[in-house]
Amino acid sequence: MAQHKYPDKAPPADRRLQVLAGICLLLPMIALVPVGWYAKTSPRLGAFPFFIWYQMALVFFCVICTSIAYVLVQKARPHVPFQAADDTTGGDDA
Amino acid sequence: MTNFLPASANPSHPGGGLNVAATIVLIVIFLLVTVMGFMASRWRRGKDLESLDEWGLGGRSFGTWITWFLLGGDLYTAYTFVAVPAAMFSAGAVSGFFAVPYTIVLYPIIFFFMSRMWSVSHRHGYVTAGDFVRGRYGSRELSLAISVTGFVATLPYIALQLVGIQAVLEVAGIGGKGNWFANDAPLFVAFVVLAAYTYTSGLRAPAIIAFVKDILIYLVIIIAVIYLPTKIGGWHHIFDTVHAKSASTAPADATFSDTVAPKAQWAYVTLAFGSAMALFMYPHSITAVLSSKSRNTIRKNASMLPAYSFVLALLALLGWVAIAAGTKPIGLNGKANPQLVVPQLFEDQFPSWFAGVAFAAIAIGALVPAAIMSIAAANTFTRNIYKEWIRPNATVKEEAKVSKLTSLVVKVFALVFVLAMDKQNAINLQLLGGIWILQTFPAIVIGLYTRWMHRWALLAGWAVAMVYGTWRAYEVASPATKHFGGSLSNIPVIGELGYIAFTAVIINVLVGVVLTIVFNAMKLPAGTDETVVADYFVEAGDPRVDADYDPTDLDTGEPSGPAIAKPDPA
Repeated sequence: MAQHKYPDKAPPADRRLQVLAGICLLLPMIALVPVGWYAKTSPRLGAFPFFIWYQMALVFFCVICTSIAYVLVQKARPHVPFQAADDTTGGDDA
Repeated sequence: MTNFLPASANPSHPGGGLNVAATIVLIVIFLLVTVMGFMASRWRRGKDLESLDEWGLGGRSFGTWITWFLLGGDLYTAYTFVAVPAAMFSAGAVSGFFAVPYTIVLYPIIFFFMSRMWSVSHRHGYVTAGDFVRGRYGSRELSLAISVTGFVATLPYIALQLVGIQAVLEVAGIGGKGNWFANDAPLFVAFVVLAAYTYTSGLRAPAIIAFVKDILIYLVIIIAVIYLPTKIGGWHHIFDTVHAKSASTAPADATFSDTVAPKAQWAYVTLAFGSAMALFMYPHSITAVLSSKSRNTIRKNASMLPAYSFVLALLALLGWVAIAAGTKPIGLNGKANPQLVVPQLFEDQFPSWFAGVAFAAIAIGALVPAAIMSIAAANTFTRNIYKEWIRPNATVKEEAKVSKLTSLVVKVFALVFVLAMDKQNAINLQLLGGIWILQTFPAIVIGLYTRWMHRWALLAGWAVAMVYGTWRAYEVASPATKHFGGSLSNIPVIGELGYIAFTAVIINVLVGVVLTIVFNAMKLPAGTDETVVADYFVEAGDPRVDADYDPTDLDTGEPSGPAIAKPDPA
């Protein structure tokens, strides 16, 4: 069984990018909380009441946010392959 | 419309009788899908299907697209197709449109939690949430609680899929008012087909069929939202009609509303957040996540899945289109049944053959999730109840066998449930199941990040929340039933209406935290954690531990299981 060199440590990560990714994921959720603010019919977009189109627009916003978060977390913590504890050469053991 | 029966044969159902063209299209598409389901066993086949990894997780080999369809299959069930517009039609925005914020909350949850779940499961060969909880906390009891909750909550969900198929058949006029046998025979046929291909092909069957299902569903919904409004008088007319209906009901009883009234705002938010947190605790969601081939597949999916949310919003609006179109959803028994509103709308407004395509979309939309759910429930039973408590020495082959049989039993149960009991019971139990399943959230999700919570504290929190949630749900009356009539109740302290599951899960965590402090002070043993921090970050290609899951050494406290750090003997 391959055992990681530092099994009790998370791979190194860029904290700032991770926080940024977290904020990206939280934004669409926060935008959903003030129900009283968006539960109204005007302004309409075409025929659609505000209540409807605001939440449909949030779907797109959510896509954008999670996509940005995806890129950010990839950058923040590049994958470190598992490495056997007795392997001193540093090669990966996939 | 071609009426097979003279209209007078069923005066309660004006457009009724057998819709021949629709039925033929429905049957043809259904046959096509059946063939695909059986052929699926040969697709991307591993060594053989005689293991849970192969039968129950499709060999853990699914890429981004297949995972997308599978996860979409979980989200988009026939019941969604039937119930969301039905709620929009009969009750309005609060109980119908919350599905949209719910799916928006869903993806960050998948993104955050499920990629870690994938990694640790990949390392330790976990198949279910119960496996993870057992490995993480070294607690068979907590694992059993989580597994039983998952198993029981899934059963009414499967039954609801059959309710969805029934709704389609009823509107198509198949079955009719004859004896119970003629009535239920088509559902029975659908059921046998589902059971047979799930048995032979495992998770590969719904994975393949999910493509057809989604193409049909997208096609039908997109055509419906473009074509129907032009036929009925435009979106302006639709929203105005709905608004007029909303204004005409007295605000005091608030039976229908086109937005969220101030006193329902807490309900709206807690329903959205609570349901989203609950969905990925269901065994079938975790099955779909674990069947993907890499950690990144899951994150990539989280950023692509919102396409479903948008379609879901359109689907919900069909309930309002039906209001403007004056659809009268009347069942074969002559009573109004909002559950039939979307199939009825399609039958009234579309040419027969296209109504058939729409019916097929709904029916297949039931088969995919029903298959995934029954597989997931069966895996949970096999791994966490059968192997853990009944036959610890079960071989991999035996596990697969038990799982296949359990998936059959589960489906038979669902069928009996739908045929023998009132449909309302299935719906109420599904609501209750949603409340229950959310109570597994703290043990699973907090466990993915920290092991600070004590296993007995988590178990106590779970028990308290289960009792609280069941009791509050029991007290909810609706026009249809005296108990379990809904999932909203007053939140203690705040005093507003809210989703019972959400209140219960907060109580769950509070109890867990307080008791963790107490138990740690008492120095109760915390159990062996077989995972290590690095396990939560592995990606495809990293070494996997395939050693058999070994539940025997827990009591001795000896290091057991595959991931305990031991020097490699080689």
